[in-house]
Amino acid sequence: MSHSHFELVSNQAIAVCGTFYFLALLAHLAEWALGRTVPLDAVSATTFSEAVAGGGTDTLVAVEESTERMERWGRIGVILTVVAAGMQFVAVASRGLAADPIRVPWGNMYEFTMTGTLVVTLVYLGLYRKYKLSWLSPVVTGFVLITLMADVLLLYTPVVPLRDALQSPWLIIHVVAAITATGAFTIGGMASILYLVKERWLERQAAGKETSAKAGYLARLPGLVELDRLAYRTHAFAFPVWTFAALIAGPIWAQSAWGRYWGWDPKEVWAFITWVVYAAYLHARATAGWKGRAAAIIALIGLATLWFNFIGINFFFGSGSMHSYA
Amino acid sequence: MSEPGFSHDRDVETGVAPLAPREFLRWTWRQLTSMRTALILLFLLALGAVPGSVIPQDAVDALKSAQWREAHPSLTPIWEKLGLFHVYSSVWFTAIYILLMVSLVGCILPRTRVYFKAMRARPPRTPRNLTRLPEYRTFTTDQEPDVVLARARAALSGYRIDDHDGSLAAERGYLREAGNLVFHISVLIVLVGFATGSLFGYKGGVIVVTGGQFANVASQYDEFAPGSLFNIKNLAPFSFKITDFDVTFITQGREAGMAQDFSAGVDYRTGVDGALRHTRIAVNHPLSIDGAKVYLIGHGYAPNVTVRDADGTIAYSGPVVFTPEDATFRSTGVIKVPDARPSQLGFRGEFYPTYAFTMATGPFSAFPDDKNPALSMLVYAGNLGMDSGIPQSVYALDMKGLKPVRKDNKAMRVDLTLGQTVTLPNGLGSVTFDGVSRFVKLQVSHNPSGWVALLGMIMALIGLLGSLFIKPRRVWVAVRREGGRTLVDVAGLDRSSGGTLPEQIDALAAHLEENEA
Repeated sequence: MSHSHFELVSNQAIAVCGTFYFLALLAHLAEWALGRTVPLDAVSATTFSEAVAGGGTDTLVAVEESTERMERWGRIGVILTVVAAGMQFVAVASRGLAADPIRVPWGNMYEFTMTGTLVVTLVYLGLYRKYKLSWLSPVVTGFVLITLMADVLLLYTPVVPLRDALQSPWLIIHVVAAITATGAFTIGGMASILYLVKERWLERQAAGKETSAKAGYLARLPGLVELDRLAYRTHAFAFPVWTFAALIAGPIWAQSAWGRYWGWDPKEVWAFITWVVYAAYLHARATAGWKGRAAAIIALIGLATLWFNFIGINFFFGSGSMHSYA
Repeated sequence: MSEPGFSHDRDVETGVAPLAPREFLRWTWRQLTSMRTALILLFLLALGAVPGSVIPQDAVDALKSAQWREAHPSLTPIWEKLGLFHVYSSVWFTAIYILLMVSLVGCILPRTRVYFKAMRARPPRTPRNLTRLPEYRTFTTDQEPDVVLARARAALSGYRIDDHDGSLAAERGYLREAGNLVFHISVLIVLVGFATGSLFGYKGGVIVVTGGQFANVASQYDEFAPGSLFNIKNLAPFSFKITDFDVTFITQGREAGMAQDFSAGVDYRTGVDGALRHTRIAVNHPLSIDGAKVYLIGHGYAPNVTVRDADGTIAYSGPVVFTPEDATFRSTGVIKVPDARPSQLGFRGEFYPTYAFTMATGPFSAFPDDKNPALSMLVYAGNLGMDSGIPQSVYALDMKGLKPVRKDNKAMRVDLTLGQTVTLPNGLGSVTFDGVSRFVKLQVSHNPSGWVALLGMIMALIGLLGSLFIKPRRVWVAVRREGGRTLVDVAGLDRSSGGTLPEQIDALAAHLEENEA
């Protein structure tokens, strides 16, 4: 295949991949819609008979059926997500093969966003079993789908060779670290959002403002402690990676490409801001009065600065930033 | 205490400031070094960094900030008072990070003292009531109590273990706090490296036309920014000559016009009488020379122009740097000819490396390479104002003493293709476009303490990893005989969050319960 064929393959793969993410999202929405008819403690088949011991045989059969259907749709969703991630990998890899000479597929915003969302999906799939992440499925598939749509509609760039400043081994090191951290921070941010939503829901329920829906999505979210733990673990993983990407690899590369390791370029400034906010998050989590709610809000501020830096800087300061390609 | 960060146990002490001076000082110190203050300072630091990314900074792009000032005459004086054109060296930004550093020191010192004691401490004695601990398992077994304890001891490798009568106490993860302290000390080291780099280093920019020479003295720089403690007598006495400049532009396909790679040939000499050596520099491949580094950061065209008087005397001849305006290298520049007679001449206009013209766009450059170079300039005569003593930009004409030269009742524009000569009216002489040279924009920088900042940052990362992933944990195993069997209690306490204590205690209990035979 020639280089231009690969570009075509990439464009088609990303379209197919978007379709699969959409189907996966639908499957997960079906999963949660069906879940409303399944009692909370009936999902695992082992405890299931005890849960409905009070009801008659009819209810038992009905519940068993809807539990099975719910779990089936969940599985279908995950399989569709795996297929989508596979297609997305093809799309990313063929972007690199489409360039002449071939290069790593991280030359512009379109490619960064494509790879970043792939990392989000991979982190989610990787942790799915260990943390029983079925509750995160609609959020992840929805987020990746929307981000990819925006990527294709707004950021699409034809394949071109790497600019001279990007021709360095540090491209791989710096960008892989930055994208990995971005993906992990994003998953952590989702857990923090759900933490806030669930906390509010529990509060309203306690105050009697909310009729306690027995088996809705919020009821099925893990408890606050588990949500907080997942958020902390992903952030604790992402923070050192970000430190390395933004404050070690970045400066070393900037030193050799631009002659200074830190120059307060807008992208550098915002990478620093993101770092400071996430440092505040880690501190807040250990401080009385800041734990939980306040820490979750700080994590979301961090996520906002991260994504603003990733995309916003280029729209607002495009020409003024030496990172205008990133 | 176990999370990365400051000690926060004194956050409980709030309240009104006491009036006695000593008490007040102590109160202020406590407030300043409290975790809440540190968090607020972190937020202020993040917030304070924002304007520097929005408003053009003098230190980042002087030209841009000058343009911004011109465009916003009413805001400029206010912004200047607030230091918004040099945010990162402004009083208020400095105040934030100095306060943060004080707060950091106020946290590191006491914690280091505490840590030195804790580092050598033995695990706390087995509590009398293990059932109260967060994780607790119990079972009975036929194994002898001593056997169970010996097996527990073997299973708890990596723990610091103390034997007591009928129980053992184990603890691990002492290095977490060390990582934490290393991280915070490293932040100070990075700051020191950053500050000394800007105090004792220098940075300069210079444009050199190919064939041109450069010697490392302050007067040869177009812009020179020494650190406030750098003595310009200490500039390393190296020199170099730009022998040639190579650039390949892609001519085919969608990427047409993109520079594929470019590099400049350099003949350089370290010291006054070092051996002459040759190398090539390119983006990402600077030249290291006498502790300084020479970076290629830009390039462009310098058309060669000769200006003659009416009698043929050469008033000026040589390359003139035109600064590129866009990706096609349409470039703007001025030529000043103070030696022209009868009156001084000035030219202002554009250079097109590949000249093209349409009625819709006017003249433009169709390609960045010099395929069909052309100059198009307006001509001015009169007084260039170069003797007034006020330093002038080489890229602008001082229009005060100049009048446009007119021809056929219009301001005269000279359009020159390569080799062409145009005669100016009124006996002002002639101008010839002889050829095209290229120039390179170089940056020379010397940063004696960059490695300190890098070392600090790497130490910070290592400390951070330790403080995030080392899990401090205490485990106790107690045994006693009861009714001919051995009753075993296993209990654990996690001293950080996010750990997997329940699983660990489960595994330990299961391992001990499982009979070896």
